[in-house]
Amino acid sequence: MHAAVAPSIFDAVPSSWYLILSALLFTLGVVGFLIKRTLITVFMSIELMLNAVNLSFVTFAHDWHQVKGQIFVFFVMMVAAAEAAVGLAIIIAIFRARSTLNVDQIDLMKL
Amino acid sequence: MGQHLHLWLIPLLPLAGFLVNGLLGSRLPKWLVSTVALAFPLASFLLVLRTAQIFLSYKPSPIPWLIRYGSWISAGPMHIDFTLYLDQLTLVMLLIITGVGFLIHIYSVGYMAHEEGYWRYFSYLNLFLFFMTVLVLAENYMVMFVGWEGVGLASYLLIGFYLDKKSAADAGRKAFVVNRIGDFGFLLGMFLLLAQFGTLSIWNINNSVAANPAVQGGILTAIALCLVVGACGKSAQIPLYIWLPDAMEGPTPVSALIHAATMVTAGVYMIARTHWIFDRSPFALAVVAIIGAATAFFAATVALVQTDIKRVLAYSTISQLGYMFLGCGVAAYSAAIFHLMTHAFFKALLFLAAGSVIHGLNGEQNLLKMGGLRKKMPVTFWTMSAGIFAIAGFWPLAGFFSKDAILYEAFQHGTFGKSLYFVGLLTALLTSFYMFRLWYLAFFGESRTDAEGIEEYGAAVHAHSSTKLVLEAEHEPHAVHESPWSMLTPLVILALLSFAGGWIGIERFGNFLAPVVGQVLDPATLPGGKRLDLTLSVIAVAVAAIGWYFARIYYGRKNWRPAQVAAALSGPYNLLVHKYWIDELYTNTIVRPLTLGSRYILGWIGEGVIIRGSAWLLAGITTLLGEFVRRWQSGNLRSYSGWLAAGAAALLFFAVIGTVLGIGGVDIRMVWAGH
Repeated sequence: MHAAVAPSIFDAVPSSWYLILSALLFTLGVVGFLIKRTLITVFMSIELMLNAVNLSFVTFAHDWHQVKGQIFVFFVMMVAAAEAAVGLAIIIAIFRARSTLNVDQIDLMKL
Repeated sequence: MGQHLHLWLIPLLPLAGFLVNGLLGSRLPKWLVSTVALAFPLASFLLVLRTAQIFLSYKPSPIPWLIRYGSWISAGPMHIDFTLYLDQLTLVMLLIITGVGFLIHIYSVGYMAHEEGYWRYFSYLNLFLFFMTVLVLAENYMVMFVGWEGVGLASYLLIGFYLDKKSAADAGRKAFVVNRIGDFGFLLGMFLLLAQFGTLSIWNINNSVAANPAVQGGILTAIALCLVVGACGKSAQIPLYIWLPDAMEGPTPVSALIHAATMVTAGVYMIARTHWIFDRSPFALAVVAIIGAATAFFAATVALVQTDIKRVLAYSTISQLGYMFLGCGVAAYSAAIFHLMTHAFFKALLFLAAGSVIHGLNGEQNLLKMGGLRKKMPVTFWTMSAGIFAIAGFWPLAGFFSKDAILYEAFQHGTFGKSLYFVGLLTALLTSFYMFRLWYLAFFGESRTDAEGIEEYGAAVHAHSSTKLVLEAEHEPHAVHESPWSMLTPLVILALLSFAGGWIGIERFGNFLAPVVGQVLDPATLPGGKRLDLTLSVIAVAVAAIGWYFARIYYGRKNWRPAQVAAALSGPYNLLVHKYWIDELYTNTIVRPLTLGSRYILGWIGEGVIIRGSAWLLAGITTLLGEFVRRWQSGNLRSYSGWLAAGAAALLFFAVIGTVLGIGGVDIRMVWAGH
């Protein structure tokens, strides 16, 4: 089955490299998520984690010749876009209300 | 047969009266309350008369009439039905209850005219009639128990009718609690009946006892003794009589209806109703007879020195109930029921007349402050005289016939019976004495209404004799007056009944009740019976005359001899005035240990340790857990994210550790898929 598929430019780089990159990006996202104090950076770290996962989806889809992985990536991108819109709106609202984006100071549900 | 009788209406009519007055009475005008209160018992009484007419028109009377109105409890083999039961005994009781009850309702209209809570009083009185008729119509011990408890409730409500008077409220509670002790015995008796016969139907139990002539004593004695405890509570016999004198705190017509004529005779009725069981247990019968004789004598001695007119009558009631128990105890049930009937007449009369005196004197109950009422209250005087001569047992008044019947039966009951007879005779002497003492003190001599109370007995008396009707006390003291006709009419009717009620004779009455409770001894059929009967009658009347004579010596003259006697015999005298210190004895041996036990054992260990302790323990555990858990909900975003990452790391760790160590581990996909 492998033989039947024409070799592409992707094959020049082994898929493990993609996965290692994905893991690095994800770890970067997690560390940023955990240690950063600014809400915007935390938010961006989440986006980073999503994209790290997207990368591994694509890699596996390519490896196993399964199109589901690709489709999943589109879903994730779409949700991430929606989430970014809502999330940024919330961040703006919070900033207007509290004049800060330091997560350590935003620990009450009420104003 | 008898389906067209509508027996169910007899109890339900007073219930309807209770509902109307109880729910709407406070908003209705007084005349309408009286109309409702009188109309329903009257309808019930007329229905009883009609029932009696139909019942007697069958010859020979088919007994009993059982009418089933549906099922109440049906659990496995146990069935309890709403069945009403009509036989001669029920009929006699119904006539007494609704007849005397109706008269007392009429009387109450006059007596209670100035009272607050007029509607409340009449609704309770109707409620009482409902429960009392249920009690006597019940075919089933369970239904009878409903009536039994219900009359206790009505009694409690009416004793405590003067709500704002502490002594009345206490008396009501005392009556209820003491009755509960008796009910405990009744309940145990019912459980034993259920265990032994598998049913609580009176008819079935009687049949199954009758079908096994060999069964004697044993379990039947146990059942009978348990029922006797119940009867002692309701009928105020030793050792549970203590509630009845205090029950006099209620309005006087209530004392007449509930605590003299009807409710307190329920114990006697119950024993007569279950006589099939008692007949098989000579021991239980002997216990009943001894309790009866002892109570009769004991209460009569206390009545000798009481100065509150109603208390004299209360102890007299206890004493007369003792006679009825004595009659039951020598298996002379007809005689006991006969005395029950005549007693209902003359004791209701005495109470109502006493109420008329109290009413006329604006609430005065102390005999020492009466006197000379013969001229001022002639109707009351003459009717009360009929009652006094009746209870003392003078021929040809009602009390003579019934008391004589009981004493005769006791005399014929072997050596044991003869000793009981002498106790009964002695009691008759005392009865005559204290009733004529009341007669002389209240109606003869100078009026002492304005005096500070004569120092008849010295200072000890005062503490015991100043119960006044609170609501009357605020009226202007106006002259002694005769009562209105609504009160006097029942007095006159009851006086006629007390006069002539005994003429029916024990033979005819006994024959009428014979299908239910068995034949009475007929003096005419025994050798020498006629002469013995006559001799005993003469002795009884002679004894009554002696009692009268002594009362006349001591109380009928101007100079007061009783003080000298009391001074000479201060020991026995104090014993009687303090009612043998029985209340104090009970307080110290039963009530106080109970309250102390409740306060310290139940209060500290039960409530303090167990209830409060467990509550505190639960609260403490929850608080501690909350202290710990609430730190997770800090609202701090970075702590949340830390927990989230830690959780994810843990999941990852468990997912890969197996693969790393090569022992399988947890397949994370399986966990997610829910396998």
